Amino acid sequence: MAAPKANLETLPRSVQLALMMGLVALAAFPFVSGDYYTEMVTRMMIMAIFAMSLDLLQGVTGLVSLGHAAYFGLAGYALAFLTPESEPVNLWWSLPLAVLASGLAALIVGFFVVRTRGIYFIMVTMAFAQMIYFLFHDNDSLGGSDGLYVNFKPIATLFGWTPFDLDSKVTMYYFTLVLVVAVYAFLRCVLWSPFGRALAGIRVNEHRMRAMGFGTVGYKLTAFTLAGALAGLAGYLTGVQSGYVNPELMGFHMSAHAIMMVILGGMGNFAGAIVGAFAFEYLLHVFKELPQVGSVDLGKHWQLWMGIFIVGLVVLAPRGLLGLFGRLRQSKNAKGDSHE
Amino acid sequence: MDLANFLIQLLNSVQYGLLLFMLAAGLTLIFGIMDVVNLAHGSFYMLGAYLAYSLSGAFDSLLLAILVGTILSVLFGLALERLLFRHFYDRDHLDQVLLTFGLIYIFEELRSILWGDDVHGAKIPDLLSASIPLTETMSYPVYRLFMSGVCIVLAIGLYLLISKTRLGMKIRAGAFNREMTESLGINIKLIHGAVFALGVGLAAIAGMIAAPISSVYPNMGSQVLITCFVVVVIGGIGSVRGALIAALLVGLVDTFGKVLLPQVAGMLVYILMAAVLLWKPEGMFKQ
Repeated sequence: MAAPKANLETLPRSVQLALMMGLVALAAFPFVSGDYYTEMVTRMMIMAIFAMSLDLLQGVTGLVSLGHAAYFGLAGYALAFLTPESEPVNLWWSLPLAVLASGLAALIVGFFVVRTRGIYFIMVTMAFAQMIYFLFHDNDSLGGSDGLYVNFKPIATLFGWTPFDLDSKVTMYYFTLVLVVAVYAFLRCVLWSPFGRALAGIRVNEHRMRAMGFGTVGYKLTAFTLAGALAGLAGYLTGVQSGYVNPELMGFHMSAHAIMMVILGGMGNFAGAIVGAFAFEYLLHVFKELPQVGSVDLGKHWQLWMGIFIVGLVVLAPRGLLGLFGRLRQSKNAKGDSHE
Repeated sequence: MDLANFLIQLLNSVQYGLLLFMLAAGLTLIFGIMDVVNLAHGSFYMLGAYLAYSLSGAFDSLLLAILVGTILSVLFGLALERLLFRHFYDRDHLDQVLLTFGLIYIFEELRSILWGDDVHGAKIPDLLSASIPLTETMSYPVYRLFMSGVCIVLAIGLYLLISKTRLGMKIRAGAFNREMTESLGINIKLIHGAVFALGVGLAAIAGMIAAPISSVYPNMGSQVLITCFVVVVIGGIGSVRGALIAALLVGLVDTFGKVLLPQVAGMLVYILMAAVLLWKPEGMFKQ
C-alpha cells in the first residue's frame, strides 16, 4: 500500500495559532450558546478524540483500520455494565477500567491483525470488528440490537469530595474539552518520541525498519493497543453523554466515519483529526436538518448527500482540508502533487 | 444427527458456500487484477436481489428476471467502472475504501427511495418448487439444488474463461504485470472494464438466485460483504481457487455451526479466520 503522506507533521506556526484560537473559542463557547449547541459541540469533541486515536494508526503508522469503532463501542458497553441499576458508578475507576477493556480487546485483536498488511489489514480489522458487533447484537444478555441504558451518569467522588457533576451539560462540556487537549498533547508527545518516530518509519518503509533491527510487529501492536484504548475513552464519553449504548456504536459505519474524519482534516498530525471530526459532525448535522422541498424530505435522505459528498471529496481533494492547505503551501515550493 | 439430516445440512452448506464463492470470486478478481478494494461489492448482491424481486413480479417468471437482471447489472457495472472506478486504479487503497464507502451510502439510499425499507420476497418458480423426498419425514427442495447448479456451472465457466481462453490469458498477464502487458499491445482498460463487469454480474446473479430463499431486505449487502471478506482473507487475495475452497469451508462451518453450536454460531467463521491468520497471515492460497 502506498504510504499516505503526512505533509504537516510539523505544524506551521499559522496552524498552531489557529489551534490556540480554536481552543479559546471552545473554552468560551458555553457562555454564548444554549444547551443544544453545547451538547452538539461536546459530541464533536468526543468524536475528535476518537478520530485522533485512529490517526495514530492511519496517519502516523499507515495502518488503515476499518474496525476501529469496535474499541470505541466496547468502552461504552463497559460503562453500561459497570453502572448499577439504581445508582451511579464512580468515574475515577470506571473510566480507567473501560479504557483498559478497550485496550485489552485491541491487544487481542491486534495480535492477529498486525501481522497482515495493506488491504488485508483493512479487511481483517473490519471482520474482527464485525464479530464483536454481532456478539453484542445477537445476544440479548449483552443488550441485543436495542442496546443498553446507562441510567446514571458517573459520579466524580474522590475520597468523599465531589469536584464536579457530569449531570450538568456545561461541566460535561469542559470535562470533554480538557480530555481533548490532554489526548492531543499526549499524542503529539508520542508522535515525536522515539516510539512515534519508529511508527512513522514503519509507515514509510516497514522492510527498511525491520532491516535496521526494529521489531515492527511489536511497535504496530503497541500502536494498535494504544489507539484502541484511546478510542475507548471516546466511547466511554459517548456512553456518558447519551446515557445509552447500542451495537451501532461498534458498527462498520462508525469505523468508516472515523476514517472520513481523519481524511477530511488531514492525516498524521492529530490537529487534522480534530478539524475533520468537527467538520464531519457538522456536515452530518447539516445533512440531517435539510428541509422538506415539495414532497421530498431532503433531510431523511441524508445518507445520499453524505455519500455524494464522500465520493466528491475523494475525487477532488484526496488529502483532506489540511492536506489541500499543505498542497497549496507545497506547490509554492514547486513540489506539487500529493500523489506518488 | 441422522444420515438424512446430515445430508441435508451438507447440501445446504455446499449451496451456501457456492453462493459465497460467486461473491468472493468477483471481489478477489477485482482486487487481484485491478488492485482495487471494493467495499460496495455487497451492494451489487443487494441490487441483484431487488432486481429479482421487481423483475420477477413484472415478468411473472424468475428465470426471465434473472436473465434480464444479469444484463442490466453487467451494464451497470460497465458504466460504474467507466465513470468512477477507472480513475482509482492507481490511487492508494485508502482512497478506494472511501470511494466505495461513499457508494454504499448512495446505493443504500437509492434503494430506499426506489424500493422502500420493507422486507420483500421473491417467488420460487413453479417449475422448481418441488422437493425431493429423502426419508419419510425429510425432503430437500429442488430450488436449492438449482441454486447450487447455477453456481457450479458459473464456477466452471469462470475457471475455463480464466485458465483456458485467450482473454483469460490476457487477464492473468495484466494482473501479473500491467505495464508489460500494455506494451504488448493488449488493451488493458478494456480488460479491466470486462473483469469489473464480470464481478458485478456474478454478485448480482448471486443476489438474484438467493432472493427467493433469503428474502430481500435493506442492509443485505453489507452483511454478506463481511462474510465475503472472511472468505477472501482465508482463501488469499487474488486466488479464485482459494476463494472456492474458503467459501466451501465457511459454508460448512457456518451451516453445521448453526445446527451443532447455535450459541456461538455467529462467531465460528471469524474464529476460523483467526486460526487461518495465525497459520498463514496471507491466506491459504496467496498468489
